[in-house]
This record gives sequence, C-alpha cells and structure tokens, in this order.
Amino acid sequence: MNAGSGEALAQPFPEKRSLATNPSKGAKVRAGDRIFRGLAEGSGVLIVVLITAIGLFLLWRAIPALARNEENFLLYGGNWVTTDTSAMKFGVLDLLQVTVFVSLFALLLAMPIALGIAIFLTQYAPRRVAGPFAYMVDLLAAVPSIIYGVWGLYVLAPQLRPVAMWLNENFSWITIFATGNASVAGGGTIFTAGIVLAVMILPIITAVTREVFVQTPRGQIEAALALGATRWEVVKTTVLPFGRSGYISGAMLGLGRALGETVALLIILRGTQQAFGWSLFDGGYTFASKIAAAASEFNDQYKAGAYIAAGLVLFVLTLVVNSLARAAVAGKQPT
Amino acid sequence: MTTLDRPVKVPTFQSVSLRRKLTNYLAGVLVVSSMVIALIPLVWVLISVITKGVKAASSVVWWTHSQAGMTTFEVGGGAYHAIVGTVLQGLVCAAISIPIGVFVAIYLVEYGAGTTFGKLTTFMVDILTGVPSIVAALFIYALWVATLGFQRSGLAVSLSLVLLMIPVIVRATEEMLRIVPMDLREASYALGVPKWKTIVRIVIPTALSGIVTGIMLALARVMGETAPLLVLVGYSQVMNFDIFSGFMGSLPGMMYDQTSAGAGANPVPTDRLWGAALTLIVLIAILNIGARILARLFAPKKI
Repeated sequence: MNAGSGEALAQPFPEKRSLATNPSKGAKVRAGDRIFRGLAEGSGVLIVVLITAIGLFLLWRAIPALARNEENFLLYGGNWVTTDTSAMKFGVLDLLQVTVFVSLFALLLAMPIALGIAIFLTQYAPRRVAGPFAYMVDLLAAVPSIIYGVWGLYVLAPQLRPVAMWLNENFSWITIFATGNASVAGGGTIFTAGIVLAVMILPIITAVTREVFVQTPRGQIEAALALGATRWEVVKTTVLPFGRSGYISGAMLGLGRALGETVALLIILRGTQQAFGWSLFDGGYTFASKIAAAASEFNDQYKAGAYIAAGLVLFVLTLVVNSLARAAVAGKQPT
Repeated sequence: MTTLDRPVKVPTFQSVSLRRKLTNYLAGVLVVSSMVIALIPLVWVLISVITKGVKAASSVVWWTHSQAGMTTFEVGGGAYHAIVGTVLQGLVCAAISIPIGVFVAIYLVEYGAGTTFGKLTTFMVDILTGVPSIVAALFIYALWVATLGFQRSGLAVSLSLVLLMIPVIVRATEEMLRIVPMDLREASYALGVPKWKTIVRIVIPTALSGIVTGIMLALARVMGETAPLLVLVGYSQVMNFDIFSGFMGSLPGMMYDQTSAGAGANPVPTDRLWGAALTLIVLIAILNIGARILARLFAPKKI
C-alpha cells in the first residue's frame, strides 16, 4: 500500500498483499530439532501404517482360507468344519447374529442407566460428591474382563437363575424369552452375558456422556431456571438437547466395545452346536469368543485363516461403529 | 446487595403444579437410583473376589511358589509364575509403547496440530482405541507368527498389548500437553531455546505428572487383558523368565486355565481361580494407587 493512501480509501481492485517477513528466515535448523521432529512425525506415520497393516495382514492371511471355503462366508451359519483344510465350511452369519444380539441387549440395559448417572453426576450431585462417584464409575472400567467373566458365571448367574426361570416360564411365547439352545438354569446364556456386558460398557457410555453434558452452556441452564423450570425441566430442556449427540456417541463407543469383548463372553456363554434362535436363553459364540476358543489350535494357515477372516469382519464392524460414534460427536464440537 | 436480593413484588405464580412436582421428584429418584445400580456390580465384584480369593492368596506359598507339579486335586502351589509373567509382559509392552505413544502425542500437539496428516493421525488413534483385543492378537498372530515365522511367546503377547496401550498413552499425554500454557513455550523460544529442547525441558516436565498417571493406568488396563494370551502364548504352570520363548504363566492365563480345569465344581481350581483374581486386582490396585502417588510426586512445583 502506498504511503498516505489511507486504509479507509476504497481500492479500485484488490491489490496483492505484501508477504509477511519471516523472522526465522535464514536461521539454521538445528540437527536436534530435525531429529526430534523426525521422531515425532515418524511415530505418527507408524500409527497410520499400523492400522493399515492390521487390515491388510488380516485380509492377506484370510484369503487362502476363503478360497478353500465351500460355503458362502457371509451367509453360512452352520457349524464350522476346518479339520479338512481342502474343503472347509465356515461362515459368519451365526456369529454375527449372536454378537449383535448380545451387544444390543447389553446396550439396551446400559443406556438408560448411563444416562441417569451422567445426569446425576453433572446436574444433581454436589461437586464434592460427584468427584468420588465419577471415580467409582470409572473403576468399573478398570476391572479386567476375565474377572467380570468368572464373576458373571460363578456369582451372578446363580443369583439370576430365578429371574431367568420366571421369564422363561411365563413369557416363553415371546421369541426372546423362549427356551433356547442353552440351559436356562445353567446360566450360560445370552441373558447372563448381556447383563455382564452391560456392566462392562457402562463406564464408557457414562464417561463420554458426562463429558458432553458438563459443557451445557451455563446461560441456558440459568435461563431455564429463571423461567421457573424445575430441576428435571432444566435437564429436559437444556442438557438433553445439548448433549444428545454426546450420548449417542457414547452409546456407539460402548457398542463397539461390546462387539469386541472376548473373554468374559467366552467364559459365560455356553458353546453350542445348534443354530441361534433369537432367544435370550441361547448360548453360542460371538466373533471374538469363537476366535479365542479355537486360538490354541492354530497350527495350519488355512485353519487359522478361517478365524482370521472372522476377525477381519469383526475389525470392520467395530471400525464402522466407532467411526460413526466419532462422527456423531464431531458434529457437535463446541467452538 | 440489600434490597435487590428479594423481589420487589411478590410473584404472581408461586406454586408449582402437582404434576410437575411429581415428575421432578420421579426424575430425581430415577437418576439417583441409576447411580446406585451402577455401584452394585462394582461392590459385588470386589467383595466376591476378596472373600473367595483370600483363602488361596493368604497361604504362605502363594506369593513365592509356582504351580509346578501341582494337579487339580492337590491343594497348594502359588501364583508366583503368573505374577512374574504378567509383570514381565506388561513391562516389555510399556517399554515399547511409552516412547511411541508419547512421541505421537508430541507430534499431535506440537507439530501436527491443524495439518491434514495430524487429523489423519488423530483419526487413526481413535480407530486404534476401538480395536478389540482379539483383533490386535490376531494381527500379531498373522504378522509375527504366520508371516515372520516366530514362535508364540510372551513377547508376541507384549507386542499385541502395545497396540492396546499406545492409544491410551497418546490420549492421556495429548490431553496433558494441551493444557501446558503457551506462555511457557513462548518464554522459552524468546530466550533462544530450540523447539525440541523447549519440548523436552519445559513442556514435558510441566505435563509429567499427568503423563505418568496415564501410563500407569494404561499399564493396569493391559495387564488384565486375556484375549492375546489365548492366541499368542500357551499357559505354563511353571516358572519362565524368558519372554522370548516357551509357554508363560500369567494371572489372566492362570484364571482361564482354572475355568477349564473344572473351577466351580472342584474346590481346588476354584480357590486358585479366585486367588489369581484377587492377585490381579491387587496388582491393578497397586498401579492405580501408585499412579495417584506419582502424580503428586511429579506435580509441577508451585512457586
């Protein structure tokens, strides 16, 4: 800009802006800086490579087995035959059904409780109480899944037996309470597993939901209060609409965790040869528990490949669910 | 502050209708009871592990002996082999994950903030957070055992745990680095300190307490993982200090082994199962409490 022309004068056409002087132009980039930057960037690259490698390696190892599969991999739901590696029969339909069913059941149980806790911790509890309670909910996530598994099978299942029997006896005309392929009294059912799974995903849903609820604009809450809203009405009119995306995102993350849960389900669910019948009193295998149950017998690339193919489906499934969860909360990023 | 505290005029509508009162009351009850419901399993799990596990874990040899030569019908033996295995695998995993995780976080906060590749990395870390442990185990199996031809070993388990530990460390470190005030960095730059030295000497020490806490909690999380153990190493009931070869005991492995050895019906494996569970809980509790103590120890000094 020419001297004296004045900023206020309208220019006839946009002039090219002068380049800012670069203060560190000509400065030597030190070796230390270069190395350190390289290490940091290299680690970032490593993560990206790692994820790609997970997908590629699983796919690469699964292909030879898939080529020898006599059934449709996605639509076959029967028993797996992997002993004869030249003519294998395996498919994920049954696993997919059990995995999705038990995860959704767990989600159904955990979602309202998580919502209640998040509201309690952010809106109801005084700050002094909220901290320790939040810590205790987080502790639920610190308990290893195998401990949940043995607790579910040996401690919880016997206590649930009367409830399960009662539901089965009185409501067996509803599909989900019908007698399934596992013993109701034995407790190795989706019913038990789903309840344990709900406990396991509860802290995840709560943590994400809480984080978003706590960001509810103070002004909205105060405005609602000023209009004479009761405490619940404040929550209903400000916190819930604001935090809905966070709650959905948390639930999706919980679902992702439930889909991939391995050892608790492996211990609790009774393995069965019969097809899954959409009952809570079925046993069966999820993706993860099927793989884990057979893992010690991996000695042949085709046999292992069949399970790796199932693992790949699980990977893609959790990837999709988690990405949706991130997308849900990203749309509501407070600026 | 004297007269304005109270409304000048008595408000016209003072009473809240019964329906609204009831709804409000009911919502309060539901919210509080969901909190209570969530605490029931926590307390229940802890109490059952402690009461059932104390019998085995209080025996003299539990903390000093392995299960070598023991059968499922013979009382005795300990969990020393399993503790050693779990700790070794955890430490090797931590040794690999900590540098990678911290560097990724440094990249995300100090170098890659706002860039396309930074966003991609953040997204990938998110994906890695959601990778189920069994998939991580299968990946290491496909890479380490099936492709590179190594034997199953404790090291393979550690490698798969790395995949589970890195995202937790990245998240914790990232969060801590972000809250380091920009002023500190700028003051350092103004004194002519290069960027890398600013990060090493100013940024990381300021954030250290949070980073250490995050690492300890991540370690506690991976030590309880079982799925990689099932896929990548056999369970051994004798001592094995060699992480590079052979079967290796571990606490989750020991627990799983007891469930297949007839726990629930046979009292001997049942006691061992709960003993191992209690030991695992104790180990995790030590890490959690240790994290809190270290956090206080490394907290930036107040001037």
